Amino acid sequence: MSETQYTPDHEWVRTDGDVATIGITEFAQAALGDVVFVDLPGVGRSFASGEAIGEIESTKSVGELIAPAAGEVVEVNDEVAGDPTLVNSAAEGDGWLVKVRFSEQPALLDEAAYRELTD
Amino acid sequence: MTATGTPPSEAAGRTPLLAVHEAAGAQLIDFAGWAMPVRYGSDLAEHQAVRERAGLFDLSHMAEIRVRGAESAAFLDHALAGRLSAIELWQAKYSLLLAEQGGIVDDVIVYRTAGTGTGASEFLVVANASNRTAVLDALAARVAGFDATIDDETDDTALVAVQGPAAAAIVGAIGLESEPIEQLRYYRSLPAVFEGEDVLLARTGYTGEDGFELYIAAHAAEDLWRALVLAGEAHGLALCGLAARDTLRLEAGMPLYGHELSLDTLPAQVGLGRVVALKTKGDFVGRSAVEAGPAADAPVLVGLTAEGRRAPRAGYPVLDGDRVVGTVTSGALSPTLGHPIAMALVEPGSATSDALSVDVRGTRLPAAATDLPFYTREARA
Repeated sequence: MSETQYTPDHEWVRTDGDVATIGITEFAQAALGDVVFVDLPGVGRSFASGEAIGEIESTKSVGELIAPAAGEVVEVNDEVAGDPTLVNSAAEGDGWLVKVRFSEQPALLDEAAYRELTD
Repeated sequence: MTATGTPPSEAAGRTPLLAVHEAAGAQLIDFAGWAMPVRYGSDLAEHQAVRERAGLFDLSHMAEIRVRGAESAAFLDHALAGRLSAIELWQAKYSLLLAEQGGIVDDVIVYRTAGTGTGASEFLVVANASNRTAVLDALAARVAGFDATIDDETDDTALVAVQGPAAAAIVGAIGLESEPIEQLRYYRSLPAVFEGEDVLLARTGYTGEDGFELYIAAHAAEDLWRALVLAGEAHGLALCGLAARDTLRLEAGMPLYGHELSLDTLPAQVGLGRVVALKTKGDFVGRSAVEAGPAADAPVLVGLTAEGRRAPRAGYPVLDGDRVVGTVTSGALSPTLGHPIAMALVEPGSATSDALSVDVRGTRLPAAATDLPFYTREARA
């Protein structure tokens, strides 16, 4: 599995072979507050780069899950759908949201570049 | 994921408790130009603490405006919609400051406090932080011809609130010198002293629970806060930010300026007709517009409930059948009730419709009109 990479939309991406796992970052979950509802796409859905493919709702606001490149959903985290607080407690681990197969190379940031965005 | 919430700027107002909040790990946001805690940890846990035990809030951004002078009561009767001259010493009253056209400039709480010197009483007008300038300007314009003075004491005053079923036990344990607080009724206040500093101790709040609001000189705020935190340890007191405050007041059906209340809404539209003293006093600013009443088709405030976990949020369209009939003013997944709740301004003809829905980012969420409030502590007990 590759090192964790990031998007400017405060998502993390970990690539394993041709499948990438995507979630929101610690920074993003802290900004949202308590997550109370997660709306995830159906498996098999294809999407364009920049498309909103899911929603993360907290008591105070709504965040969108933005696809960093075109591709197709291969798996969603059902556990998070049942227990949205996983996004808060394990944003960059068990609180992952979707696994996708990209049809193009996403432009991602390494950790240092992402930290610069959030400092 | 798109980031939300604006961090406070360098120029943001600083409450006298800002350093305490930072040390406690608060997440700060810009609220009405002030750096305020939005949450310390979990906003849901903070909300629940207030419903079940107690929560501590810093509200020092609120505007405290002192009105003094022989004609201060007559002045406030003219400047505000309520009959403030009728309130007794240490009584509190919720009131509105109306524009000539009847719209709401701000909602305020007015306390009658003891005057210094001659024994003449004074008033403390507490306004929303976002409306501080508008209220001060309106009061300054309306005081002409009255023997009264207006002083903005906001920057010298701290306001903290202890809210929840354990609030009285906590406030009673910090060594306040005052009359027994157990007998203090809702919307009454007491003069008190904390470590040599004057405190106005009021049984008021914005959460739907029993609770107190304490006004104290800014330089004494940290000591008071620490004493409350210490006394609260035995009662499960939680530090609470503005996120919890907002969901608590929404469940309690309490309006928030800029959401339910605005210059475009007359009191009757938002269920506040009772706050306007049309029958018991003479002329006041906004009277003729209130008497004329809102237009027949002016929107009215309704409560909405829905099923599921998706919250209607401020700004979302409300539909009656397929027709847009209004807008959500506040909404959330109710932490206490577990289902979505909202307040909305809708066309009067749709206020009791059974075909309402909210457009939640493209998805129709069926909603039922309901009486406010959504939550009362009596119903739970």
